[in-house]
Amino acid sequence: MQADAWFFWIFAIVLAVSAFAVIIARNPVHSVLFLILSFVCAAGLFLVMGAEFLAMILVVVYVGAVAVLFLFVVMLLDVDFARLRQGFVEYLPQGLLIALIVAIELIYVVSGLGPSERAAAAATPAGTLANTAALGEVLYTRYFYFFQAAGMILLTAMIGAIVLTLHHKPGVRRQDVGAQVARPDSVEVRKVASRAGI
Amino acid sequence: MGIGLNHYLALAAIVFTIGVAGIILNHKNIIIILMSVELILLSVNINLVAFSTYSGDLTGQAFALFILTVAAAEAAIGLAILVAYYRNRNSIAVEDINSLKG
Repeated sequence: MQADAWFFWIFAIVLAVSAFAVIIARNPVHSVLFLILSFVCAAGLFLVMGAEFLAMILVVVYVGAVAVLFLFVVMLLDVDFARLRQGFVEYLPQGLLIALIVAIELIYVVSGLGPSERAAAAATPAGTLANTAALGEVLYTRYFYFFQAAGMILLTAMIGAIVLTLHHKPGVRRQDVGAQVARPDSVEVRKVASRAGI
Repeated sequence: MGIGLNHYLALAAIVFTIGVAGIILNHKNIIIILMSVELILLSVNINLVAFSTYSGDLTGQAFALFILTVAAAEAAIGLAILVAYYRNRNSIAVEDINSLKG
């Protein structure tokens, strides 16, 4: 077997097993850690396929931001996770049965494709452009408006997350710069006795 | 045996199915449901990148990038809603979220 086949099988098996562990782990912290493992394996698969930029973005954005955000929320909220697992065993047979049927159907569909070899003209032809540069050339020209829309989506998400989670506690005294500056007697000259203070 | 497009598509199908099963099995724990949605989006990305590589067209990778963006935004908003909800109700059990029922 070639090297890329070895790497495909390693990453694919670890990805499937860790994805399964995400949904059956008892502790949500373990779920998040298995989610990180599956993202890293997917990044490895992207590298095998030659999509280097997406692999790095997957590690940076998913492992570095999204998974840490999940970890933060899981540890922040004091939730009785045992109560949330009620009914898990009860639903296990039906859930696995439905999953098995859907998986068999989907794999039956894609197995009909037959072994297709890697396209002669690869997505990023060797020696012309790096994957990142080629993707940038497409992204900033043909998909420029999509790129702008993605930026707007991220801006909306940022503002929305801030608005949802920002809350001012009543009774906390804050500095009001405007009121301070607007005081009529904000500049005052006093004669202070020596060694007395104000 | 070489690795072809169908191997990647089958893997993506398996991950997608695991995500759907995760939503069914952990139907009370909204954090695991959000993680399952992330798994589903990851499988879509694997599909897009595989098609991009095997058809020699960068369009799939560009769209995978957009899906990544939307998935990150979705996770941020979803977790922010979760934190805000927990602050108000002290619970994130899906069965407790029933104030809107008619």
